[in-house]
Amino acid sequence: MADAKKDKIGRREFLKDATLGAAAVAGGARAAGAEEIAHSHAQEQDHDHQVVPDDIALRVRALESVLVDKRMIDPADLDAVIDAYENRIGPRNGAQVVARAWVDPEYKARLLEDGTAAIAELSFSDGQGAYMVVKENTPDVHNLVVCTLCSCYPWATLGLPPVWYKSSPYRARAGIEPRSVLAEFGTELDDDVEVRVWDSTAEVRYLILPERPPGTENMTEEELAQIVTRDSMVGVTKIAAP
Amino acid sequence: MNTIHDMGGMDGFGPVEPEENEPVFHETWEGRMFALFAGGVLGPWRRGRNFPRFRWTLETIAPEEYLRMSYYERWYAALTNTLLGAGLVTERELETGYRDAERPLPTQLPATGGGGPTPPDPDPAFGAGDQVRARNLHPRGHTRLPRYARDKRGTIVTDNGIWRLQDTDENGQVLGNFPQHVYTVRFEGQELWGDRASPRDAVCMDLWEEYIEPA
Repeated sequence: MADAKKDKIGRREFLKDATLGAAAVAGGARAAGAEEIAHSHAQEQDHDHQVVPDDIALRVRALESVLVDKRMIDPADLDAVIDAYENRIGPRNGAQVVARAWVDPEYKARLLEDGTAAIAELSFSDGQGAYMVVKENTPDVHNLVVCTLCSCYPWATLGLPPVWYKSSPYRARAGIEPRSVLAEFGTELDDDVEVRVWDSTAEVRYLILPERPPGTENMTEEELAQIVTRDSMVGVTKIAAP
Repeated sequence: MNTIHDMGGMDGFGPVEPEENEPVFHETWEGRMFALFAGGVLGPWRRGRNFPRFRWTLETIAPEEYLRMSYYERWYAALTNTLLGAGLVTERELETGYRDAERPLPTQLPATGGGGPTPPDPDPAFGAGDQVRARNLHPRGHTRLPRYARDKRGTIVTDNGIWRLQDTDENGQVLGNFPQHVYTVRFEGQELWGDRASPRDAVCMDLWEEYIEPA
């Protein structure tokens, strides 16, 4: 695939070549043409959280392409990872853990005692072997999770973290002014509620067990799982009564 | 190392801005970048090359660049720096997207290091309720002791068992296979932040045993 002629191709030419050449192979089932790249650029310019150089999509494509060319990776393996995180591993998993804990006091006790084992009971095994600790929010104690150093997050139960969790404002402020951060999420706490911030500095991954809202006494476990939100399991929101 | 990634307690970044119905990946390239680095697809190529730790490579991005870059763009910088450092790709190959036909295909290497006897499990030096102080450490490599906790007093909440130390030297190489106890330590908010914190609030974090000493 790499011959002398292609070796002379520069970055911009690579964009044109991408639909025909190595990048189409590198992209596998997700191979995109120049139109998609152009579309990506338009979106990036609209993205006001972050400044992304407009050729990052191209640079990543070139990286993948050269690694395929060197037979170091198989694009199908990348497709499988992306598919897992886009379609199977996400906060619906954590919501099922929470709903089970709400309806089954013995499960809840096991969950708070040994989060790793209790979550494994529901078959949300974590390929990374994460050690899970679950903290319960109550009327007296409100827990929330941050990773001030980077972006540690319980992937198996919540999927990949949202941009705000990885952002500078959240990482900087969650520890020093958690009540202000919570208020921005619409979570107002009385002064006599204790706020506990869990900074994920090591290999422990934290999941918050939110309070079960009033008015849900007659809901089934499946219905309860539907009202559990991602943000409540990070601890920045409470779950509203239905 | 004392650089921008260690953000706990900083002011000036503005409000947290959640996005409604946020997709897992905003752009196709973000998913590809995630899978390249986190998906384990490059795992066999790490063997025998003393790849530096991922977090160290992220933390060595210059602070100005770190703040300018999006999350996955940092991953691109960290992965390409690692591949370049290991001689697995060249700048020109990253520029063109094609393998240099003059260079041989890279080969996988046998694993190095990691041999030798497994050290015995250490006994814990601390137990729940013990008063401790985070040591005033400022290593030049990767560490998991945030600046805001250094030299602060806390209380052991839990012993999370034995884990390998993740710290590196200033070149990103793991300091060694030092299994030690990792404790959850509770720091009162006012110990960390003075009267800016509520007297009721606290920050808990997980610290390797060598980060703490009796208070």
